[in-house]
Amino acid sequence: MRVSREQEIALEETKNCTLEKAIEMGLSKDEFELICKKLKRTPNFVETGIFSAMYSEHCSYKSTKKWLKTLPTSGKQVIQGPGENAGVIDVGDDNAIVFKIESHNHPSFIEPYQGAATGVGGILRDIFTMGARPIALMNVLRFGEENNFLTKHLLNGVVKGIGGYGNCIGIPTIGGETYFHKSYNKNILVNAMAVGLAKKNKIFYSAASGVGNPVIYVGAKTGKDGIHGATMASAEFSDDTQEKKPTVQVGDPFTGKLLLEACLELMETDSILSIQDMGAAGLTSSSVEMASKGKLGIHIDLDKIPLRENNMSGYEIMLSESQERMLMILKQGSEKKAERIFEKWDLDFSIIGKITDTEKITLLKNNKVICNLPLNLLVEDAPEYHRDYKLTSNKNQLSSKEVAIDKSIKDILYKILGHVNFCSKKWIYEQYDSSVMGDTILTSNDSDASVVKIHGTEKNHFKGKGLAISTDCTSRYVKNNPEEGTSLAVVEAARNLVCSGATPMAVTNNLNFGNPEKSEIMGQIVGSILGIKKSCEFFNTPVVSGNVSLYNETNGKSIMPAPIIGMVGIINDIEKVINLHAKSKRSILVLGQNENKIDGWLGCSFYQEVIHDKCDGKIPSLNLEKEKKLMDFLLSINSLGLIDGAHDVSDGGLLPCLIEMLLKKKLGINVILPKFFDDLKNEDFYKLHGWCFGEDQSRILISTEDKQKVIELAKENEIEIFHLGQTNSSGEILLGKLDRFSIKKCYHIYANKLPKIMI
Amino acid sequence: MRAGVIVFPGSNCDRDVIIALKTISNFKPKILWHKETEIPNLDLVVVPGGFSFGDYLRCGAIAAKSPIINSLKDHASRGGSVLGICNGFQILIETKLLPGTLITNKNLNFVCKDISLITQKTRPSPFTNGLTPGDKVNFPIAHNDGNYFCDDELTKKLHNEGQIAFKYSPNDNPNGSVDNIAGVLSENGRILGMMPHPERAIENFHSSQDGKLFFNGLIKHLLG
Repeated sequence: MRVSREQEIALEETKNCTLEKAIEMGLSKDEFELICKKLKRTPNFVETGIFSAMYSEHCSYKSTKKWLKTLPTSGKQVIQGPGENAGVIDVGDDNAIVFKIESHNHPSFIEPYQGAATGVGGILRDIFTMGARPIALMNVLRFGEENNFLTKHLLNGVVKGIGGYGNCIGIPTIGGETYFHKSYNKNILVNAMAVGLAKKNKIFYSAASGVGNPVIYVGAKTGKDGIHGATMASAEFSDDTQEKKPTVQVGDPFTGKLLLEACLELMETDSILSIQDMGAAGLTSSSVEMASKGKLGIHIDLDKIPLRENNMSGYEIMLSESQERMLMILKQGSEKKAERIFEKWDLDFSIIGKITDTEKITLLKNNKVICNLPLNLLVEDAPEYHRDYKLTSNKNQLSSKEVAIDKSIKDILYKILGHVNFCSKKWIYEQYDSSVMGDTILTSNDSDASVVKIHGTEKNHFKGKGLAISTDCTSRYVKNNPEEGTSLAVVEAARNLVCSGATPMAVTNNLNFGNPEKSEIMGQIVGSILGIKKSCEFFNTPVVSGNVSLYNETNGKSIMPAPIIGMVGIINDIEKVINLHAKSKRSILVLGQNENKIDGWLGCSFYQEVIHDKCDGKIPSLNLEKEKKLMDFLLSINSLGLIDGAHDVSDGGLLPCLIEMLLKKKLGINVILPKFFDDLKNEDFYKLHGWCFGEDQSRILISTEDKQKVIELAKENEIEIFHLGQTNSSGEILLGKLDRFSIKKCYHIYANKLPKIMI
Repeated sequence: MRAGVIVFPGSNCDRDVIIALKTISNFKPKILWHKETEIPNLDLVVVPGGFSFGDYLRCGAIAAKSPIINSLKDHASRGGSVLGICNGFQILIETKLLPGTLITNKNLNFVCKDISLITQKTRPSPFTNGLTPGDKVNFPIAHNDGNYFCDDELTKKLHNEGQIAFKYSPNDNPNGSVDNIAGVLSENGRILGMMPHPERAIENFHSSQDGKLFFNGLIKHLLG
């Protein structure tokens, strides 16, 4: 008798799995042996695949769980913290904001367009699964050196992929950041953040409920793409990475759009009990997590899954990461109503199983049980590692004298403005639709944070509330001091929000690191989490969602650590929103600095990176109390209508940040230097460099029409303040009597760098 | 005023244009699903922007075969007004309600930015009612395939017949369009297709409010 291909597969995958196969799938020897012991039998091939996906770093957070638990996750504003598809906060008026950031690093290196596109698609599904309409997208990108032969190809592909998905589905991409460094040459980072708006009492969760309720599969068909993607993303790269192309998923933003509309339409009815998107580890993690959270069991008939091709094995179906799919538990009796909606949107709809009380996952194929596993073994009993870690911090404080080089201020400034990590990112952002939906107020090119109107909050003459979003991480700080550097990343995110007129509310984070089995990398991770904890507790901005991406290493070399902070804040009146562009005939003031300051912190600065191509030394110190006072002051003078532009002093220091404020309107300014510089001796040149380019924290540049009033209020509130000068329309920038240059030249250098690379 | 907005699978500016029309006219437009076969008696039908059917095959090509298109043609032949924005313009070209073609942007990139348009002297049209020839209006653009192309003969005809509604500034043509053409009218002046998005230039927080001028003139004419 001839055995059909299907029977062959079925026979093969119900055989006991061998240790070699298990290791190939990503499990360790210890993990596999523990599974056999707890299961009291050897799992078959399909079951082992499910274990390996659930035990992957991506799904189980096995290296970081212990530390992530220490983060602050609650607060008055929190409706849902970590553990769901996304975090949810209360923003008043019965509105809730749903947001999360997620990485798609490994796939984007292998196949930049699809990797980035599905990164966007995946994070959007996380948002609308919760019942929210996505309203904004942000992204944080890290690439290798500008002259690395892959960088141009990867940047082009990633930008096209992000735009390809976001533009098509019609959600504005309104900001983010892009950074280049050699440590990312063979391991780029693509982190996408999405924000959605929901009604507070209409949030959907993933925990299954009700024994006997139907399990529904909706969306696109399941194909052989992305199989075992979560495991791939949890391993290091080597030189044969390109062979992993089949593990990358393929995105279809059009189907994504249909799924979004169909799900939101069904959510208007009263049919859905719980819902979860099929993201990493596809049907495996979604079904296991839903049932496990509901403390129930799940039974699925794999022959009911809509397939894109014939002859898919149970293993392939369970581990496929085909995009644009959702799993739902419906109320019994509402199947027809739901089916009609999905039919209208031309999407597959299939009843694939039911909720049981067994606390097990059972899978049927060709009427044969091919998997029968207790859920607790897959979830609660998943390994949790207490990895060794070594906390480090660079205590070697470099003076500006050690860092500065004897060149004119103008020369250094031009180098900074024309550096790929400072220059205009217009080549990137013009490829993203930032104005679709009509609610975009400011993108991150016009303000330190990106701002959208919270749709529907306008009333009569009140123009509405705004939502501000910022993403930040200065990796060179984190590398030299994981705890303080990450604490600073949170502070900078908060400061950026404040500079747009917003009050910080909550955080999502994406922890991108190397191999956690190395104690120094684990030390970076632990330090970073401690840093987030410190700042988030201080600012009352709890962490409500996040993602961990480890093993960002190639041939044993780790990336620069990148614990990305995504923070959201509220602007109570959008007419009070602040952009970063100065107007003509305004006073520019620095808050957080006085006339006695005649030097600055150049250790581990952008200056050091640009001039010396390295970043080391003690990072700038930070006083949280002082920072908070500064932020409160800025918000208070903004509410009095005293400022019309604000920009925080960060990468590059005072002078480059001042130039950024003048670029759009091509303004000039006569910078008033502290008296000390009136007769500057040659050997003291480094002090001027420190003053111009130092990265001392807790400083904000503002543009105001009422200098006297602001100075008066600052003195009252014990805020240091320094008048930098008056803007004018001459386009000439005078640095006291020491240097002069034109804003046009600055603009030219700033604007042309990236297009030149991308030609 | 009776207006309707067609929604195709993949339309994504339908909501924006509905809000813009409602904000300005106080009338809520009717939503017309693409599978409908009859368009009721309306003054204006808007074909909104987006990626109808994912822009697969060719931008607008699949939407042009949707059931509603026949009744859109009927509406047009009755003298009804039709406005196609961005993907809507592409669809109107695919349905042959407007002449010429739209190809991929010259630099092969999607481009999103604010752009300055010069209003042209046109034949009588509800769409240029509120605007003065030579005036500049600022609207955002956001498209990958907005490069208007036609042969010399058609360009000449469009000029002579006053069928060009908007042009990009000669020094800021974002997509390589022939003769800087950004918006085209039908022979009777009642159908306009344009790549820029007037519905994104309404609110005070938008970078321009010229969309108000555009829609106000249009609505005034239709209510006239």
